[in-house]
Amino acid sequence: MVLKVFFPSCCSSAESGILIGRWIPEQSSAVILAVVHFPFIPVQVKQYLREVQQVTKVSVSVLGSWNNSKQEKEESLSEFLEDLGTIFSHEPWIQISKEGDSKFWNCSTLQKQPDNHREEEIILVYYDQRKVMLSHLHPPSDTADLGAEDASKLSAIFNTVASSKVLFMTDRYDDGPIKMTHWQSDGIEASIIVELMKQASVPACMLLTFLLSLVSGVCNSRVLKFWPLSFLWSKLSTCEQLGHRLQHLQVISSSKKAQNQTQLMRKANIFVSLLIDVALGILLMSWLYRKNQIGHLADTLIPVADHVAEELQDLLQWLMGAPAGLKMNRALDQVLGRFFLYHIHLWISYIHLMSPFIEMILWYVGLSACLGLTVALCILSDIIALLTFHIYCFYVYGARLYCLKIYGLSSLWRLFRGKKWNVLRQRVDSCSYDLDQLFIGTLLFTILLFLLPTTALYYLVFTLLCLLVVIVQGLIHLLVDLIDSLPLYSIILRFCRSYRLAAGVKFRVLEQQDGKPLRLLMQINPLSYGSVVQTYRLPTYSCYPKDSWTSLCKKLFLGELIYPWKHKGEKQD
Amino acid sequence: MEERRYRSASGAPLALRCRQHSASCRELAVRCPRLQLRSLSAVTSAVWLAAYGLFVLCQNSMVLSAAIFLTLIGLIIYLHFVKIDQESLLVIGSLGIQVTSSYASGKESTTFIEMSQVKDVVINEAIHMDPQDPQGVSEVVPLFQSSQPRLDCLIEVYKSCHEILDQRKAASQSDGVK
Repeated sequence: MVLKVFFPSCCSSAESGILIGRWIPEQSSAVILAVVHFPFIPVQVKQYLREVQQVTKVSVSVLGSWNNSKQEKEESLSEFLEDLGTIFSHEPWIQISKEGDSKFWNCSTLQKQPDNHREEEIILVYYDQRKVMLSHLHPPSDTADLGAEDASKLSAIFNTVASSKVLFMTDRYDDGPIKMTHWQSDGIEASIIVELMKQASVPACMLLTFLLSLVSGVCNSRVLKFWPLSFLWSKLSTCEQLGHRLQHLQVISSSKKAQNQTQLMRKANIFVSLLIDVALGILLMSWLYRKNQIGHLADTLIPVADHVAEELQDLLQWLMGAPAGLKMNRALDQVLGRFFLYHIHLWISYIHLMSPFIEMILWYVGLSACLGLTVALCILSDIIALLTFHIYCFYVYGARLYCLKIYGLSSLWRLFRGKKWNVLRQRVDSCSYDLDQLFIGTLLFTILLFLLPTTALYYLVFTLLCLLVVIVQGLIHLLVDLIDSLPLYSIILRFCRSYRLAAGVKFRVLEQQDGKPLRLLMQINPLSYGSVVQTYRLPTYSCYPKDSWTSLCKKLFLGELIYPWKHKGEKQD
Repeated sequence: MEERRYRSASGAPLALRCRQHSASCRELAVRCPRLQLRSLSAVTSAVWLAAYGLFVLCQNSMVLSAAIFLTLIGLIIYLHFVKIDQESLLVIGSLGIQVTSSYASGKESTTFIEMSQVKDVVINEAIHMDPQDPQGVSEVVPLFQSSQPRLDCLIEVYKSCHEILDQRKAASQSDGVK
């Protein structure tokens, strides 16, 4: 099989020495991690490698020799390097030599068994050690698959480099017995800001956990769980959003370290999302409280509510006359119209009662925008729901009336045909009715049938209005969900450090020379933005219209109440 | 390195370039016809004439600036996301197969498939997925979708690929025999 040697590009100009790394026999590939320079004592090198193996669980061993001769070929050195092959017995012993500044290296192997007559082809693949160490392959494969035959070769290589972090911790300023060259050998990378943040994060997390336990203790107290209040909390979307954010805060402030890449990214995404949310909220707040915007809002709120109520009254007057040329049943029309008009009158009185307090309420409610833009949007949606509560009430009345009528009609229609609904068997059975039963049944059926257009029209008008309000609320919720679930940290990471999120690798064929091994450059192929969003999306609490369009239409036709935006965890009706 | 001329399915001229880097590494590149200046000028003049006609009707100069803006944006989107200049296949025995599409704006989109996941390279007229396939073919990756070369070009590519893929089979068989 073809022998593949993965050589780190940082070691291209290293002094002569021996190569250490991992040999993967199933794939016939050698992943070179570092070059150990002379002078060294073989016993010490072996002991060091054993220690590294214990810590990293990667079978690191001496793979071969590296000869970087700046002048002409030194014969004695090459013989010495061959003899080293007997001390560090490794099968096959890889010898790489570079002359001067030549790009084309010589690569050969020493096999112990001389019966291997095949001239093995060698492929030299250069890789950027730092990038491969920091990157994560998607989709992530289990480490249990490392030994399997058809395991991904690439993930084995990435895992090898990533697990060998402890090998890269010694640089050339250390006074150890072993002198190595790898990507960090010129000096270990560290950042003061990162170290400071790590130190500061522990007490910050503890403080946050304490505050959160206080807040959740208050929220879970018995006082707030009495029936009217708990019903109110479940209906207001602001409380859902606040609960959701509280959960997020609990995730980031937990003292357990993230176990794997996915958890770390999730924590980071939640943190950045919260930060951006609060920043946008504070921006909104600063705009609202400047130039007395709250006052203007409160001033326009009452006239808008009045205007809506007037429009509704006009609509009802239209329905009570001859809407669109249809002839309504006069008596029922008047009853329903007057009923709804009285309702609107009550509503307007209520709004006028509240009008002196509106500005103050809005002022204090606007303060909660500092908790985040999502909370502000949820409050807006709740305010819309509260202001159009009368439309929702009308819809419920109209729907219930219509539903009763439809059920009555269908049952009397069955009676008209001489059938009955068998509740026990859940099917339609034939039934013999008495004459007076049939007479009254048919009479009622006729009455209900001729009253149907009126009720249906009221139902239609109010359903459309309610749907309009629901659509507006739905759009706001869509925006809130978008802000909640967008993995901003992953997107920024993909933009700035694209090698950290790898979809795979790509190879580039470098200049070749006859007689020398094939030279390839392995680069990281970053994940596309769509896959980044899909993989790292944060879960949200709402589920989108679960009913398909046909079942929705069926429900509308039958007059059943529809709740398009049910939250997860709510009991089904 | 040789270059041969073929035709695509729609009659446009293509060039197939075959390069052998080493005994087990081969690169096959199909070059599509470049963007023609006359089609570009035709589309641009049509859009601008339509915009000028609209301007004469409604006397709003925003129409003209909108037309220029749209033409620019449309051209950039076309060059960066739609127009493929070259599709190439890099077969490295025992490592894998790499499929690259280079767009007219210079963007390159690459996919690398490891050799252990490659069952075979075939020329197929119609793909029929057998749901009870015992060997479990999980994904069919179509190649040369944008340039669509004709059968003679595809046969060349097929023969070149199989020279390298059969080496791998021969090597694994001899390993098995040993």
